[in-house]
Amino acid sequence: MGKYLGQAAKMMVGQPDYEAYVQHMRLTHPERTPMTYEEFFRERENARYGGGSGKCC
Amino acid sequence: MNKLKESIGWIAVALAGAIAFAYIALNRGENVSAISLVVAAVATYFIAYRYYGLYIANKVLSVDPTRMTPAWKHNDGLDYVPTNKWVLYGHHFAAIAGAGPLVGPVLAAQMGYLPGMMWILAGVVLAGAVQDFMVLFISSRRDGRSLGDLIKTELGVIPGVIALFGAFLIMVIILAVLAMIVVKALADSPWGTFTVAATIPIAIFMGIYLRYIRPGKIGEISIVGFILLIAAILLGGQVAASPTWSAMFTFDGKQLTWMLIGYGFVAAVLPVWLLLAPRDYLSTFLKIGTITGLAVGILFVAPNMQMPPLTKFIDGTGPVWSGSPFPFLFITIACGAVSGFHALISSGTSPKLLDNERNAAFIGYGGMLMESFVAIMALVAASVIDPGVYFAMNSPGAVIGKTAVEAAQVISQWGFVITPDVLLQTATDVGEKSIISRAGGAPTLAVGMAHIISGALGGKGMMAFWYHFAILFEALFILTAVDAGTRAGRFMLQDLLGTFIPSLKRTDKLVPNLLATGLCVMFWGYFLYQGVVDPLGGINTLWPLFGVANQMLAAVALILCTVVLFKMKRERYAWVTILPTCWLLACTLTAGWQKIFHAKPSIGFLAQASRYSKAIESGQLLAPAKSVAQMQQVVLNQYIDAGLCALFMFVVISILFFGVRACMKAYALNHRTDKETTFEALPEGASV
Repeated sequence: MGKYLGQAAKMMVGQPDYEAYVQHMRLTHPERTPMTYEEFFRERENARYGGGSGKCC
Repeated sequence: MNKLKESIGWIAVALAGAIAFAYIALNRGENVSAISLVVAAVATYFIAYRYYGLYIANKVLSVDPTRMTPAWKHNDGLDYVPTNKWVLYGHHFAAIAGAGPLVGPVLAAQMGYLPGMMWILAGVVLAGAVQDFMVLFISSRRDGRSLGDLIKTELGVIPGVIALFGAFLIMVIILAVLAMIVVKALADSPWGTFTVAATIPIAIFMGIYLRYIRPGKIGEISIVGFILLIAAILLGGQVAASPTWSAMFTFDGKQLTWMLIGYGFVAAVLPVWLLLAPRDYLSTFLKIGTITGLAVGILFVAPNMQMPPLTKFIDGTGPVWSGSPFPFLFITIACGAVSGFHALISSGTSPKLLDNERNAAFIGYGGMLMESFVAIMALVAASVIDPGVYFAMNSPGAVIGKTAVEAAQVISQWGFVITPDVLLQTATDVGEKSIISRAGGAPTLAVGMAHIISGALGGKGMMAFWYHFAILFEALFILTAVDAGTRAGRFMLQDLLGTFIPSLKRTDKLVPNLLATGLCVMFWGYFLYQGVVDPLGGINTLWPLFGVANQMLAAVALILCTVVLFKMKRERYAWVTILPTCWLLACTLTAGWQKIFHAKPSIGFLAQASRYSKAIESGQLLAPAKSVAQMQQVVLNQYIDAGLCALFMFVVISILFFGVRACMKAYALNHRTDKETTFEALPEGASV
């Protein structure tokens, strides 16, 4: 329950689960080094606001 | 046996809703509780979801739980991530809910709460939720592509470009109208202005913390930011009380307009991590928290409705906005009933996160039901305050005068008896000098929320705090929308200009960046300024333009859905989208036509223009203009508004033309022609 609330709060501001990202990278792209949490956070922040808008009126 | 239990449960929900509706409809006394509205609405949502939302899922679209969604197919842990349905519900709701559902119902309350309530409920069930859900489904079967792309592939390149152009115009109007709400709320309010200004250094502090001190720790810094916000509200009270400080933070509408335009430019050029992102974290969490708080407050305090179910302004002569219920009520309440902007979200991030088609109805249809509930709560908040106070706050100064004595006299004559003392006392209670002519919805909602929340927490002594809390909460996410929107508009413009001068396409270069940002700010700034100096208070001009634009985008999205149903050879179910499309076309085209050509100057742009032109010829001066030059400006503004309205109508009529053509072509063929991605089975055990 607490885990989901934390995930939901982060997803509301466009930050997906970091653990899930790391796990995905390990399973499907073992040859690549996953981004650190810091890099991941910045990458997502830029993706959310850099291009189009993801917000409503 | 289980089936029987389920049926009994649904009968109970239906009965509860029916009893609540009967109570509202038949009660002619003065004590209708807000709870009955909430019960009626919630029962409607449950029944609608179970019997219409799931009908659309299973019969109309026939969702396929065995089909792989883009989240699995393109899983990258970043944009495409299979997401738990509750987590995605939160994400989707936070993205669609903004100022729209809070403001429209407040403005619509001038006709009484019943017409607004009926439209919010009927609109969401039959139009708004259908649109959000179907666009989500269509996008998720096409790799999560955007609305513009979907229209391009299913209807053709020309309608796709027309729709994108329309979306840009709509954004300009939305930014102008949102910024105007902030200006109206902060004009001559040192307390409000101080707290909103304080959010800028608070957000920058959070941004630096997240970047350099403890990167990515959103939770802890948001709590710190929240505490600082509360401190800013409390400090704001001190600022307002001190003569020297309050003078420093007192601005009129025009000054605030220039400040917002300057702010919009700077904020859109700064790196996102410094101001935009941290303030967005704060405003998102505050938004969810406040909405929850308001719901709990309504249930706990159970206030009685003060506004009558129907007022005499149902005849279209109301002071808040002009025009008869058809079509203008259906334009005034856009978000909350049906909002075209949601089609952009449903074809944006959400389809890339959907873990299974089975959950599309819950996210799309269910998410919109929640937004509708927010609209119902806003309607309640506007209706539990004294109707006299409501009209004093929302009528333009040209109609009710500038002082409490004048306003009380005019409003009492309308049949909403109120004394000047009550108006003055309300202003004192919320810590403001005056509450008269604070149009724009936000201040009224703030008084309503302060009324409800202080009933549960803190009593009357806390009203001023809760009022400024509510103003801050709205201003915060409106400012976020303004700078996110300016940024998005800048990218659109650079893209557009880049087709002529390729060097302007470089989004990383300073000169093209400044140029496109400046143009974008200039566009919305122009409409904001004209709204602020408008003779009838701005809302009367800009809000219908926004409503028309937003509902037209909804019509465009529903036309896309209809075309897709025809192309899937499921045209026997196409009434599901054709019905709301026809209704939206009827409302928006009538409203658009009347806004341009209506003979009454308060409704028709051209009539207003000719009223001012005639006055110029005969050498008269019409308020609020103070010179001939200003009057000429009003005339020009009216022509520009009429032109914009005509453009919106052109956009929707041309999409309708291309849509009908595509449907006829698909109908004549005997096989599917939609551009769905090919079926791939969901891997065994793929779930979150």
